[in-house]
Amino acid sequence: MNARQGDSTAHPREHLLRRYARGDVDIAADELWAVESHLEACAPCRARLAPDPVAEAVWTELAPQLALTPQMPRAGRWRGRVNGWVSPAAGPWLAMILLVTAAAVALDRLGVAVGDRVSLVHLVAPVLPVLGVAASWSRALDPAHELTAATPRAGLPLVFRRTAAVLAVVVPGLAAASLVIGAGLTQWLLPCLAFTAGTLALGAFVGITRAAVVLIAAWAVVIVAPTIAFSRTPTALNDAAAPLWAAVLALAVTVIVVRRMAFTRLEANR
Amino acid sequence: MCVTSQRTENRGGRTTVFPVVGSDSKENWMQAIEADSLVVRVGGRRGRTAVNGLDLRLGRGVHGLLGPNGAGKTTLIRTLATVQKPTAGTLSLLGTPLRGTGMRPLRRRLGYLPQHFGFYKRFKVREFVEYLAWLKEMPAAEIPGAVHRALDRVGLADRAEDRMKSLSGGMVRRVGIAQAIVNEPEVLLLDEPTVGLDPAQRLRFRELVAELGRQSCVLISTHLVEDVAAACTDVVLVSEGSLVFQGTPADLAARGTREHVGDSPIERGYSALISSGGAW
Repeated sequence: MNARQGDSTAHPREHLLRRYARGDVDIAADELWAVESHLEACAPCRARLAPDPVAEAVWTELAPQLALTPQMPRAGRWRGRVNGWVSPAAGPWLAMILLVTAAAVALDRLGVAVGDRVSLVHLVAPVLPVLGVAASWSRALDPAHELTAATPRAGLPLVFRRTAAVLAVVVPGLAAASLVIGAGLTQWLLPCLAFTAGTLALGAFVGITRAAVVLIAAWAVVIVAPTIAFSRTPTALNDAAAPLWAAVLALAVTVIVVRRMAFTRLEANR
Repeated sequence: MCVTSQRTENRGGRTTVFPVVGSDSKENWMQAIEADSLVVRVGGRRGRTAVNGLDLRLGRGVHGLLGPNGAGKTTLIRTLATVQKPTAGTLSLLGTPLRGTGMRPLRRRLGYLPQHFGFYKRFKVREFVEYLAWLKEMPAAEIPGAVHRALDRVGLADRAEDRMKSLSGGMVRRVGIAQAIVNEPEVLLLDEPTVGLDPAQRLRFRELVAELGRQSCVLISTHLVEDVAAACTDVVLVSEGSLVFQGTPADLAARGTREHVGDSPIERGYSALISSGGAW
């Protein structure tokens, strides 16, 4: 830009312009650059290169194409696609979620279970996606949350993409885990989905970080602690509780849709 | 700095093109920003009123937003960037009244650099700006060219392949400016953009915003009075959430007298309008 402003006064010499037009390869890089950036800004000099209607016609035709031409190699498309779904801040968290799942299975295989044969897998299942969702939206975990919140993609479309990405990691992981330990789907899938949607629904009111903390604490106090203390299977993990979890899920999804505009504001990142 | 970077860039090539910014005719607005009795409360029920009955009209040009710490500059910029909801009053951007829904088309025409510019450390510079361009829903075919132009304008084209974490503070700030201008916004909101820039970079920055201000409405929040004097066509002075003064830098300078604190006329004008209430 500096050079561009300077160029507006100093027109290139006739000799240099002729060499440029001829396409000489031995013009020094800085001279070449100066001529080009000058020509861009200076119609009279473009006219010196070629009679005016021709130069202008070529220029008008060329300019939009050149504007589209990438002047450096494109970034890895794969990476770009992944970032379209997974929040760039969530990567390490997703890896951690898989590790925790694997650890829960390993402990289960080693015979470590809580109370009346409640597998650790079931106890961690609802918490795992909450971590992923928090990593995708939380002010504390996503450094670029304010930039993201101000963009047109922020809001429900991005919430959907990022949550789907979290579930795409969590659900297959838990499915594999439940196959290994031989547990049914209903025992973990519905609580898992209900907690995911619940975090977003509550987060639309109080912010995702707070919602995640509240829900994880509630799960620990209401379900995990009594299970350990009284060594019994909590009713919430019985098959009979499935309709309840489904109702919670439906309610949460409704709330998310109703409160969707919250995700376009900073308040959802709190 | 810019010259060297482009020189390296164009080895062997002959196509450096800077299309005229904002040459398309989608501008059907007279005032880019129109706020009437704008009130913004932050921090929930026990929060404070950061913007208090502000009336503001801003058109094309470079507008400097000045005010003491806690005057509500950042809240105002966030509200204009549509990430903070106004509590009361009306706000129109580019002729579109903000109603809380349907902000998507409007947001494509905004550029925003927050005060705390957070970024992903392991991203390459170009990847990061490309990601923001994607978030801004730019057409995929236009993104590589637009990202290149934006990085070129902030003098970082030669650092495009470097990781964000390898950049200095001033460079990070320039990436922040690059992401804000990548979609050639009609309203550009920069919150403290010159923090961390060295004097030479600040000069380049002023040239850049002057260029941008010819086509769009640029609002720069700053605490550096000298930035405003040098780069802005218009000064907006806020204090305690309200508009105290709007006019040219010369008008502001004219408000100061010898008795007022400051090293330059414009600083004295600033203290004349702000410190009438007392200390700092």
